[in-house]
Amino acid sequence: MKVAHEIATSGPLAEALDISKIRADFPILKQKVHGKPLAYLDNGATSQKPQIVIDALNRYYSTENSNIHRGVHCLSERATAAYEAARQKIKSFVNARSEQEIIFVRGTTEAINLVAQSYGRTFLKKGDEIIVSAMEHHSNIVPWQMLCEQIGARLRVIPINHDGELVLDEYRRLLSEKTKLVSVTHVSNALGTIVPVKDIVRLAHERNVPVLLDGAQAVPHLKVDVQELACDFYAFSGHKLFGPTGVGILYGRSELLDAMPPYQGGGDMISLVTFEKTHYNVLPYKFEAGTPHIAGGIGLAAAIDYLAGLDWKQVAAHEHDLLAYATSALSSIEGLRIIGTAREKVGVISFVFEHVHAHDVGTILDQEGVAVRAGHHCAMPVMQRFGVPATTRASFALYNTREEIDVLVRGIHRALKVFK
Amino acid sequence: MSELDELYQEVILDHNRSPRNYRAMANANRKAQGYNPLCGDHVTVYLNLEEGVIKDISFEGSGCAISKASASMMTAELKGKTEAEAKELFDNVHKMLTGESNKNGPQGGRGVGKLTILSGVCKFPARVKCASLAWHTVNSALKGGEAVASTE
Repeated sequence: MKVAHEIATSGPLAEALDISKIRADFPILKQKVHGKPLAYLDNGATSQKPQIVIDALNRYYSTENSNIHRGVHCLSERATAAYEAARQKIKSFVNARSEQEIIFVRGTTEAINLVAQSYGRTFLKKGDEIIVSAMEHHSNIVPWQMLCEQIGARLRVIPINHDGELVLDEYRRLLSEKTKLVSVTHVSNALGTIVPVKDIVRLAHERNVPVLLDGAQAVPHLKVDVQELACDFYAFSGHKLFGPTGVGILYGRSELLDAMPPYQGGGDMISLVTFEKTHYNVLPYKFEAGTPHIAGGIGLAAAIDYLAGLDWKQVAAHEHDLLAYATSALSSIEGLRIIGTAREKVGVISFVFEHVHAHDVGTILDQEGVAVRAGHHCAMPVMQRFGVPATTRASFALYNTREEIDVLVRGIHRALKVFK
Repeated sequence: MSELDELYQEVILDHNRSPRNYRAMANANRKAQGYNPLCGDHVTVYLNLEEGVIKDISFEGSGCAISKASASMMTAELKGKTEAEAKELFDNVHKMLTGESNKNGPQGGRGVGKLTILSGVCKFPARVKCASLAWHTVNSALKGGEAVASTE
């Protein structure tokens, strides 16, 4: 398509990473919206899918569809093999020690709820404290609040500074003998901040406190190695990583997972059921009750295959270029205030105007073919921290271009003209 | 007129810039809060209701141009109306915003007077809730309940 090829021709890193080739891998990017070429800048909400992922889903349903871990027939064996091969791939992708540590879940939200309900209700008690940060997504706040209500524990919050960076000194002060769990985001969805999670983990481990990292926004941008991070749990979603919706991963250290009770009961998570007693299955199946999103797991593995075919350093350089270019271009717009100016950021830019609401900006940008998110980004405490009701957020992925950022800037000028 | 121009007409922009009846009301005898959980917009509507007639109406809150303009125009339109008239207007506006009243005839709402200016909103499904928030809120104030109105 004309647009896709034209878009890739400039930018200093266009030669380093062949963006036109990458864009051609994502069929949805070829379309027009309201008669304008689509500029998809809402990757923080969900990413688009390369053809290889769409083909994997298609192939699974066309040739392999069957239930796993059950049938003696050929299709079931093939489906089981494909699903378990996907688990292996994901294990390597995050560098877990064993595939037993890779639990398939519906997404990051379910992964965090699993840890809150299984680990939290077993090992925490009244008066214990759980630490989160002020830049968490609601999915890393609400499960802990629910747990606190159930057991009488208390939620403590690490504040953030005006740039949207976590205040480590305050974290040190919050850590105490009462702290029994730390759960923080690796990358902020609303601000783009990369959190120094190694420091978070190190300080918690000095007190033998386990740490969960919410990696939903990190995995599409950063190379994640759970052993290097030394975290105890790591949660992420497939759909933000160019894979299908409805599938996600909970990585957990096997010592912890072994000690935890099942989260849900049902088929596949048992080894023996009688009405007197049920014996649970081994890891990871103990946490995988019911028929899972088999195609989703296979599709996620295809997305990881796709990423494996790219040079990660080139991708990182390209994304950094997009962030720098967009930050500079947006900063030059009069009256625009960027929310989230951390030194370490991924390609996420949230911004506000004094007199133009994010929704109106979003609607006008949409008319220009530009897809952004407008709202509180499921991070209302972040909005409160910065004293804004909502922001407009542009979030980039590896297939975005400088030209799309130019379209974004022109669209913003159009919005400002409407509200002049 | 493009769909966007139809949405952001000068009258709407004017109500957004200088919203009418934008204030708290000390002698209100009815009050309700409205909230759109999807975007965080919120509005408080104050009423002074005497013998079934809206003697005074005002609002406060935070939201986009569409939600603010809709609330502002609503207060201007409802002042002096009876409860029954307000309820009828609510129904008609709701039909206009959701596009229901356009199905059987030319564009624009029926029985909504000046508020037809908001009819462009029905072309933008994601914004219908912005325009209807204040109306849901006044509806809940008229019912006299304590419940917070929600667009969900």
